[in-house]
Amino acid sequence: MPDSEALHAEHRLEYPYSRSTGPVIGAFLTGLRDGKLLGVRGAGGSVIVPPTEYDPTTGEDTGELVEVGPGGVVETWAWVGEPLRKHPLQTPFAWALIRLDGADTALLHVVDSGAPDALAAGDRVTVRFRPESERIGAMADIEAFVPEGRA
Amino acid sequence: MADETTTERGPVTTLATPIRLDFEFTPGVAQSVFLRGLKQAKFMGQRCSVCGKVYVPSRGSCPTDGVPTTEDVELSNSGTITTYCVVNVPFAGQSIEIPYICAQILLDGANLSFMGLIQEIATDQIRMGLRVEAVWVEPDELTESLSSVRYFRPNGEPDADYETYKEYL
Amino acid sequence: MSAAGRTPRPVSIASFAQAKNVRRDQERNEVEGLMPVIAEVFGNIGITKDDVDFICSGSTDYLIGGPFSFVMALDAVGVWPPRSESHVEMDGAFALYEAWVLLQEGEIDAALVYSFGRSSLGDLREILALQLDPYYLAPLWPDPISLAALQARALIDAGKATEADFAAIAARSRRDALANPHAQVALDVSADTLLEDEYVVSPLRRHALPPITDGAAAIVLAAGDKAARWSEHPVWITGFDHRMESHALGARDLTSSPSTAKAADVAGVADGPIDVAEIHAPYAHQEIIVKQALGLGDDVTINPSGGPLAANPLMSAGLIRIGEAAARIASGEARRAVAHATSGPCLQQNLVCVLEGE
Repeated sequence: MPDSEALHAEHRLEYPYSRSTGPVIGAFLTGLRDGKLLGVRGAGGSVIVPPTEYDPTTGEDTGELVEVGPGGVVETWAWVGEPLRKHPLQTPFAWALIRLDGADTALLHVVDSGAPDALAAGDRVTVRFRPESERIGAMADIEAFVPEGRA
Repeated sequence: MADETTTERGPVTTLATPIRLDFEFTPGVAQSVFLRGLKQAKFMGQRCSVCGKVYVPSRGSCPTDGVPTTEDVELSNSGTITTYCVVNVPFAGQSIEIPYICAQILLDGANLSFMGLIQEIATDQIRMGLRVEAVWVEPDELTESLSSVRYFRPNGEPDADYETYKEYL
Repeated sequence: MSAAGRTPRPVSIASFAQAKNVRRDQERNEVEGLMPVIAEVFGNIGITKDDVDFICSGSTDYLIGGPFSFVMALDAVGVWPPRSESHVEMDGAFALYEAWVLLQEGEIDAALVYSFGRSSLGDLREILALQLDPYYLAPLWPDPISLAALQARALIDAGKATEADFAAIAARSRRDALANPHAQVALDVSADTLLEDEYVVSPLRRHALPPITDGAAAIVLAAGDKAARWSEHPVWITGFDHRMESHALGARDLTSSPSTAKAADVAGVADGPIDVAEIHAPYAHQEIIVKQALGLGDDVTINPSGGPLAANPLMSAGLIRIGEAAARIASGEARRAVAHATSGPCLQQNLVCVLEGE
């Protein structure tokens, strides 16, 4: 065969997907659209954020929704110096697991702290929502978390 | 991405989660033989050294014996229709005008049929055993892709005997 | 000591083969890459596809971006007459577990297990984000390196490890890989030099990350007469179990691995001394977590093959840990070994396999 260069072709896989949320996830996303953070009560009265239909430890059904945040504590974080094209922020940022006030589990989101040495576990952060007109009921309704005092 | 429910400010009941992934696909040795053949307006298959069957397009192995198919075989431009369907249903992204005929074509010399578009025959004339030939694009449009084949059309030969293709149904 | 993970019917690892692990196999497709591995795994013990009763594979369509790609891989085996066959959209180690369960039930006496995948075709940092919760996590597209980094930071903050520990594991792994002809990244560089690298996602530098690898592997399992006939010195699976944790990252303690500890208990790791451990820790810091969960002391040789830091063919890396551990026993270097495999973000799901020679 003449050509020694391997053949290659670009292949793009794309699907629109529209997922039904159910009442629990739907309630959380509705809360985001309304500018609120919600958790759900699980086994032994613990508050699970983000809310699930079942307690992740015991498997029991979860109960009532409770408001949590808007501030919380950074449990762990990681600095992204070069954001990937699909990351929520396109300038350097930190991923963080954030235990919101009133919650017993942590939420994963981004912290716009400005620099890697401006963040540490134990720091308090608070949510910065997008303007109301831009909120649609999705995690992206939260633009980022920011160090408290810089909301 | 806005959803109807949000403009009414009722509870959120659906979430749009579009997915897009980009790949750089490489076809491998055997499929490259087939694709490069298309650029030469040829159908290239590969033969199994154990059972002697010729597969087109080849994936590089005999699916019954699990051994590499290393012998390249040039196949005829002509073949037999083993089965077909007439597409009448419109669907999104459809580029061919309905109704049109899709058929499995067993090229002379091959032991595997593949799907192709049939043209230049009325949809009520299509039948199993019809002898067809490939119609290629202009020489300067040939490329390492099945788009080099415009379609298959009847080649005028008498219909093939059922015995010759009954094992490929 | 639970009996559930013990193996009432002795099953041996009769043969193991893997492809040369490379960054990118542009020449061959999945079937062409797999055929020599299947030929070798059968050829090692002089059997053919007709000698196995069951075939189980591990792979994921997301690597090639095409549905049912695992079906075409069966062409590499030749499944005529029709064969009993199964597939898991997971690492081949979990396919091995499924085959082992069927062997325990006595329905079959031998199985072929294989795995494959070309990580080079797509962008793993985007692809693997899609295994996450589709409502809460995936829409943020958190890539696997970012999630691993969250876990690494938590480990450091908990006082359980340092960045120097990660570099030491990376240096040791790649140096040991020099003796492994199948390894992809094999070199002798000091941990101090590695610590001079920039962060990719802090606190992880490039050396703490797995390479991107195209590869494949296969194992033949045998029980009863076939086990005795096919290996002069069989390597027996004496314990086998796997456990899973919640997929909600914020509900887990990322600095420990309770699922690994539970699987290790059920599989009976502590029943005797362990000479060698092959640990499927794609990120350097994860070796520390898994070693602790398996209850291994500092006298255990870890990843003499170089481990996933030397070659990380997605979907095969866990199966290869089992094969490498078996190879150490077959060669006489070890008498009792443990192999571990993982799946999901931050060690969410873990499999433990205990192996013993005669």
